[in-house]
Amino acid sequence: MDAKDILGLPKNSLPIPQEKKSRPPKDSQRKPDGISREVYALTGGLAPLMPAIDSSQLKKQPPKDEKITWQWLPFTNSARKDTLQLYHWVRVVNGVPPTGDYSFAKYNKSVDIVKYTDEEYEKYLNDPGWTKEETDQLFDLCQRFDLRFIVIADRFSSSRTVEELKDRYYSVCRAIVVARAPALGDISGNPLVKEPYNVSQEIERKRALSMVLSQTKHQERKDAEVLAEAKRITESRMAAKVAEESELPVPSNAGPESAERASFPGDTVSPSSNVQLPSATIASSALTADNASTLASLRMLRVYLRTYALDQMVQAASSSAGLRTIKRVEQTLQELGVNLKPRVPTKSVCAEHLELRKEILTLLNLQKQLQYKEAEGSSFRDCSYADTPSTPKRSNRGGDQDRTFVPDMSFGGERVGKRDQKRKAPGRLSEAPSSPAQSKRPRKLKASDL
Amino acid sequence: MSHSHLTISAKKQGEYQSDDGASAPKQPRLKFGKSAEDTDKKGANRRLKDVEICVPIVYGTIAFYLGRKASESQSHKWTVYVRGATNEDLGAVIKRVVFQLHPSFNNPTRVVESPPFELSECGWGEFEIAISLFFHSDVCDKQVDLYHHLKLYPEDESGPQSTKKPVVMESYNEIVFPDPSENFLARVQNHPAVIVPRLPAGFNLPDPMPIENLHEKEKGDTKDHPHSQWFMNFSEADELLKLAAARQQVQAHIIKLRRQLSMMDGLPQLSKPPTGYEFT
Repeated sequence: MDAKDILGLPKNSLPIPQEKKSRPPKDSQRKPDGISREVYALTGGLAPLMPAIDSSQLKKQPPKDEKITWQWLPFTNSARKDTLQLYHWVRVVNGVPPTGDYSFAKYNKSVDIVKYTDEEYEKYLNDPGWTKEETDQLFDLCQRFDLRFIVIADRFSSSRTVEELKDRYYSVCRAIVVARAPALGDISGNPLVKEPYNVSQEIERKRALSMVLSQTKHQERKDAEVLAEAKRITESRMAAKVAEESELPVPSNAGPESAERASFPGDTVSPSSNVQLPSATIASSALTADNASTLASLRMLRVYLRTYALDQMVQAASSSAGLRTIKRVEQTLQELGVNLKPRVPTKSVCAEHLELRKEILTLLNLQKQLQYKEAEGSSFRDCSYADTPSTPKRSNRGGDQDRTFVPDMSFGGERVGKRDQKRKAPGRLSEAPSSPAQSKRPRKLKASDL
Repeated sequence: MSHSHLTISAKKQGEYQSDDGASAPKQPRLKFGKSAEDTDKKGANRRLKDVEICVPIVYGTIAFYLGRKASESQSHKWTVYVRGATNEDLGAVIKRVVFQLHPSFNNPTRVVESPPFELSECGWGEFEIAISLFFHSDVCDKQVDLYHHLKLYPEDESGPQSTKKPVVMESYNEIVFPDPSENFLARVQNHPAVIVPRLPAGFNLPDPMPIENLHEKEKGDTKDHPHSQWFMNFSEADELLKLAAARQQVQAHIIKLRRQLSMMDGLPQLSKPPTGYEFT
């Protein structure tokens, strides 16, 4: 409105035409064609950008000149090796049954297994560990079971491992391919030739995989710490990474583990007491890994400002925390009378600041854990949490009671006593001043509490 | 550095803090590495890892109201500057400073080639000044950029402005060189403006090669600066005390919570967690 004043335009220039314009578009929306109104409304009342079904098709009828009957007729299946004849319903048009093969015959695919002759066997495929009968049996099973080696291994007469069977099969195929090729150049692109099957590597890989799968939580923790340590070492030395990684037992751990790490602090819905300790240590090992990498990246810079370094370290330390947690950390800092950004950022001040932040994070995590524990184990005490009496003493705080469930802690011994006495008077919770865990009241930390 | 009495903090600093001069429990491990980017023809330019050179600086503005002499377009006389935190000469480290002013100024890019690194102007408006620090060739070839908002008008807007009392805004920061060159280290080893950690005994630095444009002739420190009476005092002691007190509070709280949690589980109190808070 002010803009119009400034420009000198009349204020109510177009009232009536606006109203008229708004009606016609609405009308056309109410009349979808082809579908009844209620059905159209099911889609949300708006036409989709691309019509899913052409509405005219829904009322289509088959052409009138065709006469359709359904008949119970025999058929043959080209996928079968015998001449079994079965019957099924067939849609007959004008007395002419449909032609063509059984429609599902095309799905009968099988793997093309190499077939070697006896001479080829004598010439190329002799192997001390395998008899001809075994090899023949292997290939027969491969044909039958479409190279599903697990099944083949099960059915194999002598007890050979899957890796051995695979090794024999692929080396035979490779030898045949090489023998039959007119020139080596033709087949150099063939994967059998380019990347032959490596038994020992396969065995190792499977063993490693099963190890990862069967790791206990304890082992995962250990691995996380080892990885963090290794990361630190590689970064500070900047040595050849390959040598380093080959020393670790399971190099591919990083992926699933970082996901585990993230889920651990949050996963306290059905905790056992064992979870507490691992979550703390996993969080700390994750933290040290972040810290180490930030330190390393700082050292790579030729020059940086202390405040920049602190920011990076703070970010690294709070990388696992959500936005709300970070805000709560800052709130706590303010309540403790600490500047969010140090006024005199010297090396030691920054270090202290960082440690303080980390400790506050730990504190908040513990508080959350406590909340969860109590929410769990105190369904019968729900009523006492909903409305706790406000402390008259806290009137100087000025703010609302915090909705977050902060356990009622104070830093001076006498305060606790006083508060309990106060609460007894109104007679709300007539429990004895029991463990602080039961006396729930939201309360913020204050520097003045010290 | 006054943290001899802060025993709680000392142990946890291992990660972030590499060795600090006064209270280092162990000597830094010095590593020599040839950096690939060294094109210095003077040779002997090995870089030293694990030796962190730190230059504490204060930068900011000071603005005086011109009172009777004030006009519409020039109501204040102000100075923007970068000084050593203890008012020592920064010329050994900084070669020149570029102050980027508001475009409404003539030649808004002002270069100051020698200490004291400051610039004075007259004006009426507040704006952000970009301060770029350029270092000597053996220090660092990258510049450092700082930003400062020029403040002319005091917080307390009651009453007329005084011509005697200026509006001062200063910020403290530290420039850190994580792997300084040997030459730089040799040059500033005993310089009052620079914090160098203690080197291991028997560690000999070569005699430093002189730098071109080293501002040795003029007096570059700001100890007797005309504005030095207005300079703010940045002492880390207060902040350290506050931080230590805050940490104590938080740690005590954590211990209580841990006790609570273990009581709720019906388990005996858990032994100290691996994160290792030293709380006597």
